[in-house]
Amino acid sequence: MSMVNPLARARGHGSAKEGVHHWYAQRASAILLVFLVGWMVYSMFRLAGTGHAEAVEFISSPINAALLVVLLVSLFYHAMLGLQVVIEDYVHQPSVGVVLLLLTRAGAYIGMAIGIIHVLKLSVV
Amino acid sequence: MAEFQLPKNSRITKGKNFPAPGGATNTKTFRVYRWNPDDDNNPSIDTYEIDLDSCGPMVLDAMIKIKNEIDATLTFRRSCREGICGSCAMNIDGINTLACIQPITEIKGAVKIYPLPHLPVVKDLVPDMDHFYAQYAAIRPWIRTQSAAPSDSERLQSKEDRAKLDGSYECILCACCSTACPSYWWNSERYLGPAILLQAHRWLVDSRDEATGERLDELDDPFKLYRCHTIMNCTSTCPKGLNPAKAIAEIKIMLINRRGI
Repeated sequence: MSMVNPLARARGHGSAKEGVHHWYAQRASAILLVFLVGWMVYSMFRLAGTGHAEAVEFISSPINAALLVVLLVSLFYHAMLGLQVVIEDYVHQPSVGVVLLLLTRAGAYIGMAIGIIHVLKLSVV
Repeated sequence: MAEFQLPKNSRITKGKNFPAPGGATNTKTFRVYRWNPDDDNNPSIDTYEIDLDSCGPMVLDAMIKIKNEIDATLTFRRSCREGICGSCAMNIDGINTLACIQPITEIKGAVKIYPLPHLPVVKDLVPDMDHFYAQYAAIRPWIRTQSAAPSDSERLQSKEDRAKLDGSYECILCACCSTACPSYWWNSERYLGPAILLQAHRWLVDSRDEATGERLDELDDPFKLYRCHTIMNCTSTCPKGLNPAKAIAEIKIMLINRRGI
């Protein structure tokens, strides 16, 4: 039986004075993704049935390459923020939570990097 | 980490059966959660058959009838029996509500009555509200001012500013909303929950309060406020018809606006 005063327990360690940025970034990236994913799906339908050369040509256009890079960054960023919320919600053992959070971040940044390198490889070279 | 079954001592067993008195034609079955801290038994569901012809219209009327006439050991909180004190908040037919304003006839089949979800049970339908009340105290729900009060009058408020408190002041802190919120179930240790955030909002929009920024600082936290994922159970369960989800959304907007976006 804990003898901590209920008010002390409710106050805990106080406010972290952050959370707005995470919340806002999650919504902003979601809105951005609505447009970018729409554009991506539309482009894939247009490319369907054509060959490898047409796909490379599509990616090598600077505008398409730029949109693809923004799509990759916002997609992995948004997924990272979302998974962070899931971990904070359900993982109640701090040591496990920290490891999972770091793995999520590492995965997201590596995903971004691999995606961007592939776009550059096809568009610049 | 994840638990898919209740702990062994919390699993619900079959309880006692109290049939209706002979000659009763208009009966209704009540299945009620029972748990007594004074013995080592698991919680159980007792079944009471009530003669509705000799019972008031609300679920609380039936419960008082059970306690008076059938089983005096049934334990629950009640006071005003008109939906203003919040004492008889419990889970009836799967929804958190006040037993005193829930008509029996609105419930199809047997009436299932459980304590408010995910609070420690003291006995039967009485949950431990200590942490909930402490969270309310933690937001310091009273006016905070720097300027001195007028010497010869109260602090004045325009009718328009007073209207901003409509939808907040009616809250009776029954905890139906907070205990209906999955985020509150998983993280009530740190998440304030809809009832307390509705009250936090009530002080944020009070034109006489001078600590809006300080109050926002206190809420700007991944757990205290941002565990709200707009699940909206709070709004759909509120027995007073209030909208805590909207108040929480407005707090989030206030936090965005003060950044100058």
